Amino acid sequence: MSSSIILMIAAMGMVTYIPRMLPFVMLNGRELPPFLQRVLKNIPYAILGALIFPGVLYIQEDIRFGVVGAVSAFVLAYLGANIMVIIIGAIVTLSLFSLFL
Amino acid sequence: MTEVNIQNESPAFGMGVKAGTGIAIGYAPIAVTYGLLAKTTGLTMGETLLLSMIVYAGAAQYIALNLLVLGTGAIEIILTTFIVNIRHFLLSASLNEKSRKEDSVIKKMIYAFGITDETFSVAAVKPGELTAGYMYGLNVTAYGSWVLFSGIGHLFGASLPQILQESMSVALYAMFIGLLVPTLKGSWKLVFLAAIAASFNCIFIMGDILSNGWAIVASALLSAFLVELLSTLKEKAGVHHE
Repeated sequence: MSSSIILMIAAMGMVTYIPRMLPFVMLNGRELPPFLQRVLKNIPYAILGALIFPGVLYIQEDIRFGVVGAVSAFVLAYLGANIMVIIIGAIVTLSLFSLFL
Repeated sequence: MTEVNIQNESPAFGMGVKAGTGIAIGYAPIAVTYGLLAKTTGLTMGETLLLSMIVYAGAAQYIALNLLVLGTGAIEIILTTFIVNIRHFLLSASLNEKSRKEDSVIKKMIYAFGITDETFSVAAVKPGELTAGYMYGLNVTAYGSWVLFSGIGHLFGASLPQILQESMSVALYAMFIGLLVPTLKGSWKLVFLAAIAASFNCIFIMGDILSNGWAIVASALLSAFLVELLSTLKEKAGVHHE
C-alpha cells in the first residue's frame, strides 16, 4: 500500500467526518428557534421521500423492476409487516419476477 | 472513553443492533459491488478495506474509484468527497434535535461517525429520544456489514450469483419504504412532506438540474420549510386539524 494513497484516504475520511460531527458540537446545549426546530423535525420524512424517488425506479435498466420492488414494499408496509419481512419480501418478489420474465 | 455507563447503555445497544439488521442486509450488495469495482480499479485488499473503514460513505467511495480510474489528482478527489458528503451536515443537525440531552458531546461525536442516509433514516423515525447506546448498536451493525462485504466483494465479487445481487439492489429502498409508510398513517402533513420532497427530487434529478447528493438536500430543505410554513400559517388562521 503506497503512503500517498493512505494519506488521500485519511483526508477523505476527515472531510467526510467533519460535516457528520459538526452539528452535534455546534448545537450542543443550544435551543434553536421553534420554527427551525420544527423544520429540522420535518427533515426525516422529506429525506425518506427523496431517497425513495426517483432512485427506486432505477435499480435496474428495466424500470419494471423498480416498480415491482416498490409496489411490493409499499403493500407489505401498508399491511403493517415487520421491516425485515418488507425487505426480504421485496427481494423475493423481484427474484421471482426476474425468473418468470 | 465510554465505559462510564456502558451498563445502562446495553439494552439500548441491543435495540440498536436489531434495528440495524435491515441496513446490514441492504448494504451487502452495494458493498460487494464496491469491493469488486475497487479490485478492478487496481486497489489492494488493504486499500479497499481502508476506504470503507475510514470514509464509510458509499456514494463517495464509488466516485473516488471513478476518479482514480480517470487519473484524477488527490486534491480533486478529496474535494469531491467533501462536496458529496456535506449533506450529512443536515442529517446530523436533524438528529441532534432528537438526541438525548444528557448524553455528553463526546458520545455524540463518536456516533456521528456512523451517520449515513440509512442509519439516519432508521434513527430518525424511531419513537422517543436517541440514546448513545442505541446509536452505537445501530452503527456497529451497519458499519460491520459495510466493511465486511467490501472485503468479500474484493475477494470474490465476480463469482456471486447475479440474480441474487440484482434482486438485493431493492433492499435499501424496501427499507426506506418500510420506515416511511407506517409513519404516514394518520398524518396528512407527513404524507405531503414526503410526496413534495419526492417530487422536487424527481424534478432535480430527471431534469439534470442537480447531482444526486445536492438534489436530496435541496428537496428535503425546500419541502420541510414549505410544509412547516404552510402549517404555521394555517394554525395562525385558526384552522386546527392534525
